[in-house]
Amino acid sequence: MIEGALWRRWVFYNIPLILFVIVLLFPFYWMIITSFRPDGELYKPWNSPLYQPFWTNKPTLEHFVYLFEETDFGQWMINTMFIALMSTAISLFCGVLAGYALARLTFPWAGSLGTLIFITYLVPQTLLFIPLAEIIRDFRLGDSPWSLILTYPTFLIPFCTWLMMGYFKAIPKELEECARIDGASRWKAMLFIIVPVALPGILSAGIIAFTLSWNEFIYALVFLSSPEEKTVAVGVTSELIRGDVFFWGSLMAGALLGSVPVAVVYSFFVEHYVSGLTGSVKG
Amino acid sequence: MAVTALGGTEAKRSLVRFRKLEDERWLAFVLLMPTALLLGLFIAYPFIEGVLLSLSDAKVGDNGHFVGLANFFKLWNDGIFWTSVWNTFWYTGVTTVFKLGLGLWLAMLLNRHFRGKAIIRAFILLPFIIPTVLSTFAWKWMFDPTFSVINWALLHLGLIHLPINWLGNPDLAMGSIMAVNIWRGVPFFAISLLAGLQTISPELNEAAAIDGARPWARFWYVTWPLLLPVTMVVMLFSVIQTFADFQLVYVMTGGGPANATHLFATYAYQIGIVSGLLSQGAAVSLAMFPFLFIIVVVQLLYIRRVEVR
Repeated sequence: MIEGALWRRWVFYNIPLILFVIVLLFPFYWMIITSFRPDGELYKPWNSPLYQPFWTNKPTLEHFVYLFEETDFGQWMINTMFIALMSTAISLFCGVLAGYALARLTFPWAGSLGTLIFITYLVPQTLLFIPLAEIIRDFRLGDSPWSLILTYPTFLIPFCTWLMMGYFKAIPKELEECARIDGASRWKAMLFIIVPVALPGILSAGIIAFTLSWNEFIYALVFLSSPEEKTVAVGVTSELIRGDVFFWGSLMAGALLGSVPVAVVYSFFVEHYVSGLTGSVKG
Repeated sequence: MAVTALGGTEAKRSLVRFRKLEDERWLAFVLLMPTALLLGLFIAYPFIEGVLLSLSDAKVGDNGHFVGLANFFKLWNDGIFWTSVWNTFWYTGVTTVFKLGLGLWLAMLLNRHFRGKAIIRAFILLPFIIPTVLSTFAWKWMFDPTFSVINWALLHLGLIHLPINWLGNPDLAMGSIMAVNIWRGVPFFAISLLAGLQTISPELNEAAAIDGARPWARFWYVTWPLLLPVTMVVMLFSVIQTFADFQLVYVMTGGGPANATHLFATYAYQIGIVSGLLSQGAAVSLAMFPFLFIIVVVQLLYIRRVEVR
């Protein structure tokens, strides 16, 4: 990169970058500070003496206590985790198999099937949620985690398939041919030679699928109704707002805790996440 | 005797089965089966069901009858529906321009070597990773009519004299929602475009610099054309997600004030789920389809043209 004097570097690079980081991260700071702040401070008028918006001297856990004692928050976390893990597992299984077939096998309509899966990749959940709610009811899956475990793969499988196709295509044909010459069946060559080589891709797909299903909202909102079946996002929305009253402290505490699993998974696998994200864009 | 015979045929049958898997067509069929089953059951079937639903007068607890295009005629004369159509286009257009511009800028800022680059990149992606509904609540709290920290900052900077009711005023509400969408989308654009930038050899830029090209010209004639294919794919995903957005508006305003901020999806939810008029809600949702279809086709054609060139 061609760069000039020190002041130029600050004006053109460092200061804009710092501003970007502040704006992008401030809402999370605000979330954290709100969730530890006592109600008396949260709803204090600005003109009162000693008003400090960005800090608190009396951190409290009352909002977290409220969350666990007065709502089913713990249960929501378990529900969301179960749903995210199950739907990710199903999607990975289907996506790896389909990706392998589309990337490495020759069969009639392979091209059009690939296009079809790419098109389903582009179908937003909001297009089909009303008829899908009817179907879920007909199948007697309403208000059960299975309604989400079985429908989340509709947007996760196309993504996993697409990503895995890219990884499988990059593996040289010779690798598989060697195994076949040594007597492995097609099936075995896939399972023991190709899939292990594509493991980083499977990890990327799995992490992104997990965060996507943790993030899903409208299906969970429409398909689940009893408080103890809800996911974090839906539970927080419906149980911590009563009419016009927002329990801001607990809302922010819930948002904070609800983000933790995703943030932890992300922080451990940043590189895989980024390579999966950019891989899906490159196609 | 009988047992061994049975075992023999069984073994032969499983052998036949495995031999069939040696045939690529059979293997492909087996491998694609689970995917086809799930996507057929929960995408293709609901789509047909949705079309049928939108042509009926079904309500919650009433399967209804075929009524032709009555639901769509009703929408044609529905002011709120047209507001949502306009809102959706405006929302998608404005946010995409900002996400692209700011995302590209951020990508350029990150595309050089400096200390702490990896950690900054990891933190920058957080708005995109954290569940949208949860981070949107943080924004809603920041836009609170009485306790808005944004108002506090603006007042103390002397930029305003009275607190602004961000989500209570129809025009400001749409702008606030857009701001949150941009905030969430910029990291995705930045990280994807950064990956695109990193595939461009720095020698090309250096060669142009030696030939006397100014930075702006270097960007416009060297970097941008090479970045175009990635940019188009990123735009495709972003535009579709934004066009079909639901969560942001649902949390921030719920479509209010006075139905001024509805998008297709939130209006469909309002009618179909909250009011229980399933058929009409399905019609609103499906009305999104032709627009999405056109957007996808146009963008895919453009991507193909860019890639061929």
